[in-house]
Amino acid sequence: MSAVTHRETASGGLWSRMSLGQKQVIWAWAFLAIPLVFYVVIRFWPTFQAFYLSVTDWTLTKPASFVGLENYRRLFQDPLFWQVFRNTFMYLILGTPISLLLSFVVAYYLDRVRFMHSFIRALYFLPFLTTAAAMAWVWRWFYQPVPIGVINDILASFGIPQQPFLRSTTQALPAVLAPAVWAGLGFQIIIFLAGLRAIPVTYYEAARIDGLSEGAILRKITIPLLKPTLVFLVVFSSIGFLRIFDQVYNINTNDPGGPLNSTKPLVLMIYQTAFSSYEMGYAAAQTVVLFLILLVISLVQLRLMRDR
Amino acid sequence: MRFRHLLTGVALGFATLAATGAKAVEIEYWQYVFDTRVKAMNQLIAKFEEANPDIKVKQTTFPYADYQTKVAAAILAGQGPDVVQLFYGWTDSFIAGKMIQPLRAEAFPAAEIERDFFPIVSAMKRGNDYYGLPTAVRSLALFYNKKAFKDAGLDPNKPPQNLEELVAAAEKTTKRDGSGNIVSAGITLDMTGQDHQWWREVLIRQFGGAPYTDNDTKVTYNDDAGLKALTFYTDLQTKHKVGQVGFMDEGQAAFRAGLAAMTIDGTFRLGSFGTIKAFEWGVTELPANAQGVRSNYASYFANAITSKASGEKLAAAEKFLKYVSSPEAMKIWLEVVGELPARRTAALTPENVAHPIYGPFLKGLEYAHTTLFKDEAAQRQVAIDMVNRVLIGGEDPKTSLAKAAEAEQAILDRAKQ
Repeated sequence: MSAVTHRETASGGLWSRMSLGQKQVIWAWAFLAIPLVFYVVIRFWPTFQAFYLSVTDWTLTKPASFVGLENYRRLFQDPLFWQVFRNTFMYLILGTPISLLLSFVVAYYLDRVRFMHSFIRALYFLPFLTTAAAMAWVWRWFYQPVPIGVINDILASFGIPQQPFLRSTTQALPAVLAPAVWAGLGFQIIIFLAGLRAIPVTYYEAARIDGLSEGAILRKITIPLLKPTLVFLVVFSSIGFLRIFDQVYNINTNDPGGPLNSTKPLVLMIYQTAFSSYEMGYAAAQTVVLFLILLVISLVQLRLMRDR
Repeated sequence: MRFRHLLTGVALGFATLAATGAKAVEIEYWQYVFDTRVKAMNQLIAKFEEANPDIKVKQTTFPYADYQTKVAAAILAGQGPDVVQLFYGWTDSFIAGKMIQPLRAEAFPAAEIERDFFPIVSAMKRGNDYYGLPTAVRSLALFYNKKAFKDAGLDPNKPPQNLEELVAAAEKTTKRDGSGNIVSAGITLDMTGQDHQWWREVLIRQFGGAPYTDNDTKVTYNDDAGLKALTFYTDLQTKHKVGQVGFMDEGQAAFRAGLAAMTIDGTFRLGSFGTIKAFEWGVTELPANAQGVRSNYASYFANAITSKASGEKLAAAEKFLKYVSSPEAMKIWLEVVGELPARRTAALTPENVAHPIYGPFLKGLEYAHTTLFKDEAAQRQVAIDMVNRVLIGGEDPKTSLAKAAEAEQAILDRAKQ
């Protein structure tokens, strides 16, 4: 009993000497530490493990042994890697500008529409809520040859020869990209709309009084003031296209990333190396490369589009 | 100190006794989720426990996609099953990872196994040891749409028996629209389904070659026979125009929808095709070549004892494995799952051989080959790409074949390290 009281006074001494503000800070940190520790354990720890695994030859069943940079050497000599690398950037280079342009145009005009505004907005947002897997399967059937493919049926009824779409090495990637762009559109439109609404109306009124044309207003006021929104969307959608996976995988589950690897992105290659061939070390090396690509691109974009 | 340990031990022992009532050994069995397989296994477990009241079997299942990863992770962590189901093609990696142990020769004599089971069971043998035994096996056959045959003026009870007749029947049953697009295929061309097995173990052999040597570690199809086999396959689309890769998305979907007159598929498709209401279909052996040579590809999931099982659990696991590979278990498996018994006597009953559906599959088992895959998905991809390079890329079959042989050899070599 006396020991307990004694300890209380001893620790209570330090605690009671603190100001209320200091106590609040300690409490705040105590609560913040929980998600922080959680995040470190489930996010950072595996990330560091991946770096370590990338220099081993771990295959799930065989114990890992150190192989130095062997996995990276193999990766850079693998023609599949370079093809996949090109594909990944094709998704980025085609996907980001097209989706941003489309969503901006839609948002710009939707912003002026009063009639059924919320309804139309909801319609645009709907695809974003749909599971990528379900959507990919629907599009997979759209692209089929006659007699079941909707698109080819329409082409055939106009006398246009049917297109191979997913069965072509040149058409497959844009065909896979189309539903991905469409699915992301809703989200980007909402963000653009919010950005447009945030521009003070007074600027537009002043411009109109000064007799600026609509085109000039768009160029001189709307787009410059949308820059923060644009930066966010460019970075966000770039990362999304660089990590594209479920669309590609589901639109061609029997030959994922095919035909002839023409649609295979880096993430799918990682998945197949790790969970189909069980070459965990090699897959970890690919992951590290993807991580570096994402890092560099995000940093470059942030730097280029930073407000000066 | 030691005395206290002893005491705890005794107390724990009593506690377990009290909890279980009787001294029962519990073993764990793992397989992947497939409705009928789980159902059949539940029946087998019930029967086994009835006969062996001192053994309890707990069945755990996982989706197929995670199955191999979970099994590997669990066993390597000292957890998981005592008896595990594995695809025969995974055996090497399971042995390399010390996940399964060889069957004790006293309990499972090799001579008996080789006498009673179909020869394809040798894919579970390494050196003198067997590492597992199948309950059921699967083989391929030619499914054909009787209605499409009748409509095309063919006898629905005389399916093609050789490759020449196959092409002729396909030509008669193919339907095209005004622009020449196929609207109903004569035969499905789907390398992502079972066609790669047909090409590898059947066509190559029928054209006088062999896909591999040295226990399937050396690719030997880059020769005249391999080229003829590949050309025969791609000609179906380019020359005879009786099928088209990607038509109706998947071969089995085309056949199901009644838009393909013939398809090559396995026993595992019987359940799905069994629900077809729109037309009657039949099954026949894979067509022979001009000289009457037939071949087939057979595969199976085997049950093996993991390295974790020892002592009385090992004894219980052996008893259980014996039961699930017994003729009685195989009969139940055939009735519930529709997969063919792995023992000759259980399979080749007069009733089964005369069966219009099981018969052709069973005949195939006698001359079937089983590829010892090192990385099935990757090796299948090689075959898919080989055909795509010809059909989409317009590449010369000879060049494409050479590329495939090289790519597959690289996969096999890497697995050897």
